[in-house]
Amino acid sequence: MSILEVNNIIKNFGQTEVLKDISFTLEKGEVLAIIGSSGSGKTTLLRCMNYLEIPDGGTINVNGISYFDANEQRSLSEKEIRLRRLHFGLVFQSFNLFPQYTVLQNLILAPRLLRKYELKTALKTFQITKNEYKEKKAALSQELEINARKLIAKVGLTEKADFYPCQLSGGQQQRAAIARALSLTPDILCFDEPTSALDPELTGEVLNVIKDLKSNDTTMIVVTHEMEFAKHVADKVIFMVNGVIEEEGTPKEVFETPKSPILQAFLGRTALK
Amino acid sequence: MSFLEVTLELLSGFSMTLAIFSLTLLLALPLGLLISFCTMSKFKPLRYTFKVIVWIVRGVPLMLFLFIVYYFPGFVLGSPIYGRFTATIIAFVVNYACYFSEIFRAGIEAIPQGQTEAGLVLGMTRIQIFTYVTLQQVIKRIIPPMGNEIITLVKDTALARVITVVEIIWRAEQLMSKAIIWPLFYTAVFYLAFVGALTLLFGYLEKKQGYYKI
Ligand SMILES: Nc1ncnc2c1ncn2[C@@H]1O[C@H](COP(=O)(O)OP(=O)(O)OP(=O)(O)O)[C@@H](O)[C@H]1O
Ligand SMILES: [Mg+2]
Repeated sequence: MSILEVNNIIKNFGQTEVLKDISFTLEKGEVLAIIGSSGSGKTTLLRCMNYLEIPDGGTINVNGISYFDANEQRSLSEKEIRLRRLHFGLVFQSFNLFPQYTVLQNLILAPRLLRKYELKTALKTFQITKNEYKEKKAALSQELEINARKLIAKVGLTEKADFYPCQLSGGQQQRAAIARALSLTPDILCFDEPTSALDPELTGEVLNVIKDLKSNDTTMIVVTHEMEFAKHVADKVIFMVNGVIEEEGTPKEVFETPKSPILQAFLGRTALK
Repeated sequence: MSFLEVTLELLSGFSMTLAIFSLTLLLALPLGLLISFCTMSKFKPLRYTFKVIVWIVRGVPLMLFLFIVYYFPGFVLGSPIYGRFTATIIAFVVNYACYFSEIFRAGIEAIPQGQTEAGLVLGMTRIQIFTYVTLQQVIKRIIPPMGNEIITLVKDTALARVITVVEIIWRAEQLMSKAIIWPLFYTAVFYLAFVGALTLLFGYLEKKQGYYKI
């Protein structure tokens, strides 16, 4: 069973059809690269998967369970959406770290709130006793910090754990943002042009982190303009044009034997850059 | 009258000034936040109602507004339903809440949407995002304009005398009727000292939020 099945996703903004019938599947541990020119709907697709936009049509299944269904009659509560969202992580082009918190605090904030909420629910529904609750709550800070520091080490920022975002380079900020997205152990991690806001000499360090994640079997969807990266790291490449998948295949198929004339022209253009 | 006597006399007037100032601040800040939420509401009738209210309150001179709040109920009902001090507080709170609401709105709208979205994809609730992520950034942004507005409030309290609330300037004018004029000039010292203290406080707050950039 595929970890992700996207079926016939449609998204309109007013009169504009931004996504027209997008379908694809992804297996656990695979890396999917999405390429395509500006305005083709790549960001919108990632936003739909993270419930930041609600598609107008189609379904999304995660691990065979319905994650989104446009035909679902009842509308989901904010809480349900919030819990479903945890299947996905999203790394933004502009990092979006919380500026008032250190790297470590950025990583701990959301998991702490979530775990506290889970503990409280467990107590209320009598799954744990009051004493267990107290013990677990007391152990929580340390547990979260240990886990966060592990992730910070994984992205090579051990020395910067107590720095504020404004004290970091763009590349370091993006690596911190990746660690933060991992702190909730999403099933699928999405990246929206993670290196586009960076100076060219800083893109390498971020792409290397993503490459390392692949060797740890993290399932990822990466929207990127870095063709070399897509070619060498992705298992699957999707080329989007005007809200449709124009071509998809292995990196070998897409980059070496492109069938679509639009893709051929697109690759010719980017190769010249 | 000796200097000490005059000082004591003016201090008693200044305590009224401080009472108007602190009560207004205490009530107008939360009310202003509430109004800012209303003016940003997605529900159009609510949004426009409050935009109109803010327009009217900011458009009417505070002095006139004091007259209206104090005399209007009496004019309509035949007898006043509250005293001068209450009328003063109502007028000041409503007036300043509207000004504050615009500062809050500008501060909240200046926070990049990406901060909220980052919180959402991390599974945080909107309330959690507001309290743990946005609020502190809003505060950092609004400290300078708030400082300005609050210093203006200190001096606006003198307007309360138009409905004969005895604050510091009124006290000084009472002394003028005894043919001593210098206490009136002396009142400036009280304002300057208080505004000086506020300036230091706001400088300190700004510095305290200076450890990060937004
Ligand atoms: N909130 C919105 N309201 C209206 N139109 C939108 C909105 N968001 C995106 N669009 C439109 O949808 C289309 C696709 O946008 P999208 O950001 O998904 O493209 P993209 O492939 O990510 O482009 P880029 O490479 O420039 O990031 C564009 O034409 C854009 O103008
Ligand atoms: Mg985009």
